[in-house]
Amino acid sequence: MRDTHRLMGFISRGFKGRRRDTASSSRLPPGQYLVNDFPVLSAGPTPRANLDQWTFSIEGEIDEPKRWTWKELIALPADTVTRDIHCVTKWSKFDTTWKGVSVDTLMEGVETAAEYMTAFSDGGYTTNLPLEDVMDGKAWVAYEFDGQPLHPEHGGPARLLVPHLYFWKSAKWVRGIKLEKEQHPGFWESNGYHLYGDPWREQRYWGD
Amino acid sequence: MKMQTSEMKLDGNAIAGLLGEIFAVEMTTARGTCASCGAVNEVGRVEVYVHAPGTVVRCPACEAVLMRIVRGRGRYWLDLTGVRCLEFAEG
Amino acid sequence: MWPGHLAGQHVDVRLTAEDGYQAERSYSIASPPEDRWVALTVERLDDGEVSPYLVGELKVGDKVELRGPIGGHFVWRGADDRPLLLVAGGSGVVPLMAMLRHRSSAPHKAPARVLYSSRTLADIIYREEIDRLVAANDGLSVTHTLTREKPAGWSGYTRRVDAAMVKEVAWPKAQAPAVFVCGPTPFVEAAADLLVGLDYDPLWIKTERFGATGGPGG
Repeated sequence: MRDTHRLMGFISRGFKGRRRDTASSSRLPPGQYLVNDFPVLSAGPTPRANLDQWTFSIEGEIDEPKRWTWKELIALPADTVTRDIHCVTKWSKFDTTWKGVSVDTLMEGVETAAEYMTAFSDGGYTTNLPLEDVMDGKAWVAYEFDGQPLHPEHGGPARLLVPHLYFWKSAKWVRGIKLEKEQHPGFWESNGYHLYGDPWREQRYWGD
Repeated sequence: MKMQTSEMKLDGNAIAGLLGEIFAVEMTTARGTCASCGAVNEVGRVEVYVHAPGTVVRCPACEAVLMRIVRGRGRYWLDLTGVRCLEFAEG
Repeated sequence: MWPGHLAGQHVDVRLTAEDGYQAERSYSIASPPEDRWVALTVERLDDGEVSPYLVGELKVGDKVELRGPIGGHFVWRGADDRPLLLVAGGSGVVPLMAMLRHRSSAPHKAPARVLYSSRTLADIIYREEIDRLVAANDGLSVTHTLTREKPAGWSGYTRRVDAAMVKEVAWPKAQAPAVFVCGPTPFVEAAADLLVGLDYDPLWIKTERFGATGGPGG
């Protein structure tokens, strides 16, 4: 058993909970269950961006910071990808479809000594990642979900999408990434959540 | 960029049970001073977001983070740095 | 052993499935402190995870794990003799009902006004009991408003709570009332703002926001 429940032993007769598929599916990371809806999680008020003033930037360990306006971002070559996503609160959703600009595209031509990055968002949220975890087709700045413009509650106008890690790394309302030589724990990583967050090794909390 | 009232926003009453476990006394009547703007509010009045990987408590005056509470694997991780001072009665 | 509670407090209910999966929800205590039984009023949400179990599956004799009573901010004690104003949106009426029930057995009853917003007539919780409490003629007045229905012969309001309604129902600010507002977050914030707009001191007003699950814990 990977997780402990306090006061294990008391079972609520007849309680089953929401339909959750925890059967041995090799697609489900340990400890996860499958959902059909798309739960909304939030650490604060939903930011409402003004697209006329919105920008996405790459800053930090870079000779000249790069910046795109909204119009410029959505004019970049984009991918439509379908991926499974896994939230640290244990729900997983299969085959989610997103459209966005690959971080590889945004990083084209960038020379940097940085090995890490921090994604930063409207509202103050941050999350840290090794730079190699957002390169080589592993991450996007996504602005459409399921064929529709990304709803603010799910991080619109644009969020980072890094499906191979727990979904708290896919920063909602993302405004840029800061390239860094050292790793700086982000909002959740500095308060109990795992620095890396690999769902397949169930890296949820510090010490996992 | 505008922030709008979210239906996900609750108040300190929503974490009365959680804080009671951590502090061993009733905390919704505790008064906290926001380290960011200095506003003093009873915990019952602060903004609380529970639908997240952890609980985030924000100042109702300036929305700065007052507390973060994460619970998992039999542990709590508590960040109170957003509260300059927390005043509450003995149990 | 139940330690006793105050009107306005809630409990956290935790359910555990056989595979260890747990779900937790908060429910306001509907019963007053002087009752022998602790009563929770649970609204069944069609897409709910816990409420269908509590309303549909739970049988007499089953055990339920709960933590409580919880809360110290959103409570009303019968000894408080300030005029009382209770503003309820939907299931937010539950903790306020505990307060009204507590008030009805208090020896000296503070005068009380209630503004209760529901979607339709059928959605009004405790409707008959509220009518009975009002009929006791002991300084309680209750005003209903329905937001999605205009039944024939209805004498209450038929619209969302707004400035004019609050002005007609609420105590004049000179009365410096104790105010409790409970319901979904948008309702609570709108109502509280309207009361502050009547020059009420925000410190008179205590609010409890319910989340989508219909209880204080969200």
